Amino acid sequence: MSKLALITKGFLKENPTFVLVLGMCPTLATTTSAMNGLEMGLATMFVLILSNIVISLIAPVVPDKVHIPVYIVVIATFVTLLQLLMQAYVPEVYETLGLFIPLIVVNCIVLGRAEAFANKNTVGDSALDGIGIGLGFTVSLVVIGIVREILGSGSVFGWKFIPGDGILAFVMAPGAFIVLGYLMVLFNKLAKR
Amino acid sequence: MDYLLIIISAVFVNNIVLAQFLGVCPFLGVSNKLSTATGMSGAVCFVITLATVVTYLLNRYLLVPFGLEFLQTIAFILVIASLVQMVEIILKKISPSLYQALGIFLPLITTNCAVLGVAITVVSKEFNFGSGPHMMNLAEATVYAIATSLGYGLAMVLFAGMREQLARSSVPAAFKGLPIAFITVGIMALAFLGFSGIV
Amino acid sequence: MAAKSNLLNMALSLSAVCLVCSALLGGVYAMTSGPIAEAQAAKTAASIARVLPEFSVQPELKTVEMDGVEYSYYDVPGSGIAVISSAGGFGGPLKLMVGVDDNGQIVNTVVLSHSETPGLGAKCSTDVAFIDQFKGWDPAERKLAVRKDGGDVDAITASTITSRAYTAAIASAYDVYLKVKGNE
Repeated sequence: MSKLALITKGFLKENPTFVLVLGMCPTLATTTSAMNGLEMGLATMFVLILSNIVISLIAPVVPDKVHIPVYIVVIATFVTLLQLLMQAYVPEVYETLGLFIPLIVVNCIVLGRAEAFANKNTVGDSALDGIGIGLGFTVSLVVIGIVREILGSGSVFGWKFIPGDGILAFVMAPGAFIVLGYLMVLFNKLAKR
Repeated sequence: MDYLLIIISAVFVNNIVLAQFLGVCPFLGVSNKLSTATGMSGAVCFVITLATVVTYLLNRYLLVPFGLEFLQTIAFILVIASLVQMVEIILKKISPSLYQALGIFLPLITTNCAVLGVAITVVSKEFNFGSGPHMMNLAEATVYAIATSLGYGLAMVLFAGMREQLARSSVPAAFKGLPIAFITVGIMALAFLGFSGIV
Repeated sequence: MAAKSNLLNMALSLSAVCLVCSALLGGVYAMTSGPIAEAQAAKTAASIARVLPEFSVQPELKTVEMDGVEYSYYDVPGSGIAVISSAGGFGGPLKLMVGVDDNGQIVNTVVLSHSETPGLGAKCSTDVAFIDQFKGWDPAERKLAVRKDGGDVDAITASTITSRAYTAAIASAYDVYLKVKGNE
């Protein structure tokens, strides 16, 4: 696979949200607005890239039977690192995303990439894979966030262009599922062309 | 009375899947058939309750006294992972029939964010029950964990029932599979919104 | 591919990974604990500055017990006190900082944390008309309760429970103020 394809596959062919359907919890919970989706996507990408790099480095020497615990420790370390850095330098963002930052540990995308890609590829390719999948995830979250923000609050990235309250259900839980469902339909239609 | 409030709140009002978006992946993954959904619910209920009690004690008597709260995430996930392994081994030895029923779901549970989610929520969030906002004590945390997992089971079993019907009806090609499932869950969540405000 | 497993290398690799990771985290924790404390202090200082008239002294954190519950407040001599109080809202606890000046008037209020419904109760932290009605409020003269309950507070549209909680938190903060003044 070419270097460019490694980065671009996350958008369509191996889109983590619409094709692989992984990491649904943060996808649904944090996309109440486009900005929140962007922040969550970037946070996940940070962990994904770093854990991919480290795991591709240590994979050859880790005994087979303990590879899952070792990967989990590596991932959890980077998540904790992210928590500390966010608390120190962007406390407001940390507060908005709340519980879903520590939950990156159990985001199936991260462990999934470690198992499916990083442990049998070179460091460089694994880093690119992390960037590609991370970007795909971020873009998906932003798209869902934009749709929910327009319908739910009549704004995009906080810029309000429809006066009034919007359809509240789209900011709340049901809207998340419904928007994701219809976006998947759209994605399926477009991908078939 | 307070415990009743915790139970109603955790099962209906703040349903873990439909309102808090925790454990969505396995929720979608194993809800194709009613029988697997029931099995998974049982396993999740068992692990969430056990994990919450153990991580609560770990946090209270080890992490907090030594000022190591920043290691919460890493410590909790390790406890949960080894707990799941242990449960698997013990079940295999003492109750092969229960292992048959729950066994295949157990490895999936480590990466079920509902388990870690409940464990972290219990030690980090203030709750409204009883005498004003306060942190949960062990009894409340246990009841909360059991009730939350019952809510998980309820959502899962209801949804599996609907999905069995969906599989038999004709759905436009682009909606087949997960898209229609998501939209159905959305409508279910809308129905559950009706419970909000009762506690 | 992965190395063959035996007890020795499994134990070795697990402990090596844990050792490296905890050393790394310990280091980062030591590095970030300063900025984290600063960020929290800055947030508290900004809240106090919003709820009290201008002051030049360092606010002092104190606690007082009332009805078996411990309340924290910041004492700012010459300006007033900023009380942290909370009440049960629609989605969970609603936590406020309430500034009361030396004349017993509420200066301003600010939401510290809440879990209210986005678009409805969550407006309690952004709805200027709702928040500003408490500026200069004297609870000795006007009743701290929403109009539905026979008081003088205009509730947020469609969010009576949140408005009630907000009002109740202010009322208990005012009681804390009275208790503190009574003790002096």
